[in-house]
Amino acid sequence: MAGVDVDVGTELRLGLPGGGAEAAKAGKRGFEETIDLKLTLPTAGMEEAAAVKTEPAAEKTKRPAEAAAADAEKPPAPKAQAVGWPPVRSYRRNVMTVQSVKNKKEEEPEKQQPTANAGSNSSAFVKVSMDGAPYLRKVDLNMYSSYKDLSIALKKMFSTFTTGNNLNEGKLVDPVSGADVVTTYEDKDGDWMLVGDVPWEMFVESCKRLRIMKSSEAIGLAPRTKDKCKNKS
Amino acid sequence: MSTPRSSSTSSPPQIPQSLTLAHTASSTTSSSSASGMRDAAEDDSDSPPSQMSEDDPGGGGGEGDRWEPDLRGGNGGGGRWAPPDQVLENVLESVLEFLTAARDRNAASLVCRSWYRAEAQTRRELFIGNCYAVSPRRAVERFGGVRAVVLKGKPRFADFSLVPYGWGAYVSPWVAALGPAYPRLERICLKRMTVSDADLALVAKSFPLFKELSLVCCDGFSTLGLADIAERCRHLRVLDLIEDYLEDEEDEMVDWISKFPESNTSLESLVFDCVSVPFNFNALEALVARSPALRRLRVNHHVSVEQLRRLMARAPQLTHLGTGAFRSEAVPDGAMSVSELATSFAASKSLICLSGFREFNSEYLPAIYPVCAKLTSLNFSFASLTSEELKPIVRNCVNLRTFWVLDTVGDEGLKAVAETCSDLRELRVFPLDATEDSEGSVSDVGLQAISEGCPKLESILYFCQRMTNAAVIAMSKNCPDLVVFRLCIMGRHRPDRITGEPMDDGFGAIVMNCKKLTRLSVSGLLTDKAFAYIGKYGKLIKTLSVAFAGNSDMSLQYVFEGCTKLQKLEVRDSPFGDKGLLSGLNYFYNMRFLWMNSCRLTMRGCSEVAQQMQNLVVEVIKDHSDDEGESETVDKLYLYRSLEGPRNDAPPFVNIL
Repeated sequence: MAGVDVDVGTELRLGLPGGGAEAAKAGKRGFEETIDLKLTLPTAGMEEAAAVKTEPAAEKTKRPAEAAAADAEKPPAPKAQAVGWPPVRSYRRNVMTVQSVKNKKEEEPEKQQPTANAGSNSSAFVKVSMDGAPYLRKVDLNMYSSYKDLSIALKKMFSTFTTGNNLNEGKLVDPVSGADVVTTYEDKDGDWMLVGDVPWEMFVESCKRLRIMKSSEAIGLAPRTKDKCKNKS
Repeated sequence: MSTPRSSSTSSPPQIPQSLTLAHTASSTTSSSSASGMRDAAEDDSDSPPSQMSEDDPGGGGGEGDRWEPDLRGGNGGGGRWAPPDQVLENVLESVLEFLTAARDRNAASLVCRSWYRAEAQTRRELFIGNCYAVSPRRAVERFGGVRAVVLKGKPRFADFSLVPYGWGAYVSPWVAALGPAYPRLERICLKRMTVSDADLALVAKSFPLFKELSLVCCDGFSTLGLADIAERCRHLRVLDLIEDYLEDEEDEMVDWISKFPESNTSLESLVFDCVSVPFNFNALEALVARSPALRRLRVNHHVSVEQLRRLMARAPQLTHLGTGAFRSEAVPDGAMSVSELATSFAASKSLICLSGFREFNSEYLPAIYPVCAKLTSLNFSFASLTSEELKPIVRNCVNLRTFWVLDTVGDEGLKAVAETCSDLRELRVFPLDATEDSEGSVSDVGLQAISEGCPKLESILYFCQRMTNAAVIAMSKNCPDLVVFRLCIMGRHRPDRITGEPMDDGFGAIVMNCKKLTRLSVSGLLTDKAFAYIGKYGKLIKTLSVAFAGNSDMSLQYVFEGCTKLQKLEVRDSPFGDKGLLSGLNYFYNMRFLWMNSCRLTMRGCSEVAQQMQNLVVEVIKDHSDDEGESETVDKLYLYRSLEGPRNDAPPFVNIL
């Protein structure tokens, strides 16, 4: 029986609500938890992860009590995943991720999907840069239908920058300093905002480019759009 | 210099270490799928085995011992000795031309200086299994007439995001050295190296006779570099891009396919399914139309079935086809019918290898029935087929030798394979959901069925969640020809699902009964006992991958002491510490590399290895753990033999001891 290593709230590192593949199992998260997800790993998580290291051969038993205690109000956090395990090449993981996102899109009947078209009518390519990475990526925002999908894709895309080990559990870190990162975007007005605060469709429409930066540098970014809307109108 | 292995084990008499280079421990005459670079490609049945021998250019460890380090090959020598008997050397060169396997050449080069020089002049393919084991300068100085270079860079665990970005394996210094030295170079094959657009441009510029470029699991380049290659390598025959990670271009995407000049009519192989950007289809069609020698074509997922049909019409002589998306792009009533597509397949009388199906529409699957009986290789590993979709297809594939598939077909699907494909040699079953707690759709049942139906199996990669010792033991007995056995039980430390026992006996049976085994990946709940078996019986094992296994350092000791042919050992998340590491001290120089991450190594142990073994490079890769500074534990260790000492391109997070 495989070990269930509960890692409290450590699986999301992109600062997007409901992001991370494991979050699907955790159930929906509200926006109010967005802030939690951007903060550094709490020590509870680290101890558990360290416990994994020191007794890897022993049988692990479920620790539901601990999980319940830690997540009294939140849905149970998903198990910690080891980086690069199971050993499936990143290339393959990326291809399968993109495929599954596309399949999901086509299964949504209420959306106006071009019938046999593999892609969408228009593409909304934006550049994604990560501080410390030497080159950019591009993503087509129309390929995704939620922040969660985008988060999964970004995580996979930048997975080579993860300096992962058991402790980090696949979170994105700045390749130089190891600090946590958040995802920000530049909107139509040229302002830099934290990703995740507006409804998805509004985000897609206004996002011009994405930037993954150190959390420490993200202080002072406009976190709430209410003010902005007020200013506009 | 490593000490010779003790002859107390009952291995067949070996050439004494002083004559044979320690690290040219012979590989088996490998079925090419088991070794070398093309294990990422589907079709190994036709690639020449000799070219993918696993050995380093000879003279490596022996050089410091026996020969002058700057011995120069070439007629007339370096002027430091009396001129050799020129006639004899010419005769020798003519004879040595016939030796192709690196292993044989390494042996020949050790006979005497004359043979060394003759061999150095006649070696046509240079194989370097670790780009940091030798410098470009040294390689170029020794070998005078090289026509093909094969280079491998990062350790394999880089594929699983375990090697941080920027670690190294840059091809630039190699290209810079090869250019002036080998103007007649025809072929370059790279695996897990970082290749920039500038490198590709330099390749295109340096080698006017360039014919073949193969990039496997590489990164750092974009369609800009590809455009240079396409345009300027006028004699290009092969461009194989396999599971590479391309950069995005800053500006407009480059229409690289249309850069192949009209004058290029000698293309034989074009593989670009990993180049995921759209491209100019008309240019591709025109290129295919003017390439009568084209045998392999694997397109990316931007190709619809309508377009595929056009390509197939232009190239009825294809033997290997990657089918792209395998779905229609047209509006529903304009979509092509299955029978039209089937006609195209029926007309491709030479097809033996199919892949692609990236976004397949299952209605089109029956179109491939006409070619199934002739197929020797079928790759469905990016298509989530159900068993019901697979069965009618596989029922016709009586000649299948290589089969890659997703676990969505389930044990049922595998049973169908076992019933029909009695000639199967290689099977890979990948997980649709590659996470530890996934359901897993295949199990010991499927493995057992395969073992019973496919007795000629040589290579297997099997991802599952539920396995039993019994099924593994059955496979060890039913498939004695196994050369590669890679079983990945995805949940960590999972025991036999029926008995609850560790998986020791299963893997033990594999090493005991499969006498040709050279590559092994273990998983599931494993104690030291499994490694005792491996050390005792795994005498031909060259590559061993270990994850979440073992109880104590004894496991490592068993492996180092027992696996006399061990070349590559990769270990992760296992309770092995410095003691286990140090038990390998006498053996590291016989290996290409050792990788260990997330074990129990400390700086002290790693430093001791570095101190005692001056001819090894010991790299400790820092993790960004939160306990900075005083951290004694080493998270990632990568050690490898090298003639050059510490490399000068290591990033800040690599500490070379």
